[in-house]
Amino acid sequence: MSAPDAAIVFESVSKLFGRADGSYAVRNLSFSVGRGELVAILGKTGCGKSTTFNLISGLIQPTEGRVVVSGHDPFREFGWFRGKMGIVFQNDRLMPWRTAIENVALGLELNRVPHDESMATAARWLERLGLRGHERDYPHALSGGMRQRVSIARAFAVKPDILLCDEPFSALDEITANGLRAEFLDLLRETGATSIFITHSIQEALQLGRRILVFHRPAAIAYEALFDKTTSEAERANIRSGIMQALSADLAA
Amino acid sequence: MMPEAPGLAGRPNAAAVPRPPRWSKIKYEGVLALAGLAVAWQIASYFVPPFLFPSVPAIAVRLVEIFTSWNTSLDALATGGRILLGLTGAFVLGSVLAVLMGRSERFARYAYPLLNFNQGVPALSWVVISIIWFRGIEFRIFFIMVMTTLPAFSFQVLDAYRAMSKDLFEMTLSFRPSRYALLRALIVPTVLPGVLTAWKVNLGNASRVVVVAELVGATGGVGYELLQQQQLFDMAGAIAWTLVLVFFVLVVQRIITLLENTMLRYRPAAERSL
Repeated sequence: MSAPDAAIVFESVSKLFGRADGSYAVRNLSFSVGRGELVAILGKTGCGKSTTFNLISGLIQPTEGRVVVSGHDPFREFGWFRGKMGIVFQNDRLMPWRTAIENVALGLELNRVPHDESMATAARWLERLGLRGHERDYPHALSGGMRQRVSIARAFAVKPDILLCDEPFSALDEITANGLRAEFLDLLRETGATSIFITHSIQEALQLGRRILVFHRPAAIAYEALFDKTTSEAERANIRSGIMQALSADLAA
Repeated sequence: MMPEAPGLAGRPNAAAVPRPPRWSKIKYEGVLALAGLAVAWQIASYFVPPFLFPSVPAIAVRLVEIFTSWNTSLDALATGGRILLGLTGAFVLGSVLAVLMGRSERFARYAYPLLNFNQGVPALSWVVISIIWFRGIEFRIFFIMVMTTLPAFSFQVLDAYRAMSKDLFEMTLSFRPSRYALLRALIVPTVLPGVLTAWKVNLGNASRVVVVAELVGATGGVGYELLQQQQLFDMAGAIAWTLVLVFFVLVVQRIITLLENTMLRYRPAAERSL
């Protein structure tokens, strides 16, 4: 993918933690993600997925190389991304002192959207995610699935251009996770946001992504697959096999 | 529309769980305990000379006199004002120190020993120092109050600041808030429980310190009045003035508790207690 069409570009990015003799979490990583594309990043625990996630979100800066998101440096131009990026984390990260609706409205509030407008938007998103009637509930009164739905609503409420998801369904039971995944895909189609979805589940990656990147330790692309609705079952089986091989090779290394 | 998460049907909404009627419980037990103390005191007054154990009615009369006289009421108000002013000063300075210590490890390495050193200085030493250093009585008392309650505020606010969830911090930061918005949305609600606890703890300390400060340097206030009662050998007056201070502390603590119940209402209440 050429850089002008890309929403996210990694150019020979490395991230070293600690001093010069420290360990690389990401080494010489290059890839790009097109606008509106949904990419699933798959890899074992400790392969640098979360570091990649933090580099895209601008929470950390690369030791070497360049990260460009929507044509800007997410770390140096941190403020430029206000209202342009939504993140769904592994755990819900809801503020316990805010009700469900106040949690959804958080990003809008921080983006200086007027109170009434942000509350109306938050209420719409809660309804969209099946939480009507729970607007005034505090997080402790909600189940794990409901809390994660609130956090998804919070990320979507700011109408992000870029949506980052760090294993958002990994802490949920399979039935709840399946329901949420389907709902999540519908929302992505509706909003058209460029999305990076980090997961360690092959099944989840195949269910969500149109493109899968498998990471080796320290985060480098070991395998890449593209597929869509027209991809046959046999081709999907090949992709699954390729992913398994890449992950096994990482384990052996 | 997504189906309701499984396992939710019939689950009690914890927010709707009725809390036990705390106030009536406190009132009943508290009144009983205080009434017991008054009865024991009254019984003692039958067997001991009045200058040691004056009767409860005699103390009550003195108490009424304090609140019905303009001058003595002003004394009581002055002490209350000094406590609140001193605590506010210590809270503001302590919070600034705590935030600086939280943000800079280097600053914390300098500030920690100084605050620890300060904790070892007796309140009476600050009284003597303030009398030598300063002229104005009110400033002396303010200085003493700030110096004696500053370390506790600093440590408690710092502790609350450091206990801030990294997850919530990163989540909030991902929305790119301004510093003020970050303070309002995350830092203040995070440190609030610690701040309210610090006020409760320091209120008791401050009420003890203010009396010492007023005993030495003031021309009015509860401490000054206590000194007068000591010189007159008036135990009923001493007890009555002590009760004025106790009432003040109880009223302010009650206000802080009400604030706590309102501001921290999000905290889940367990139906079963230990």
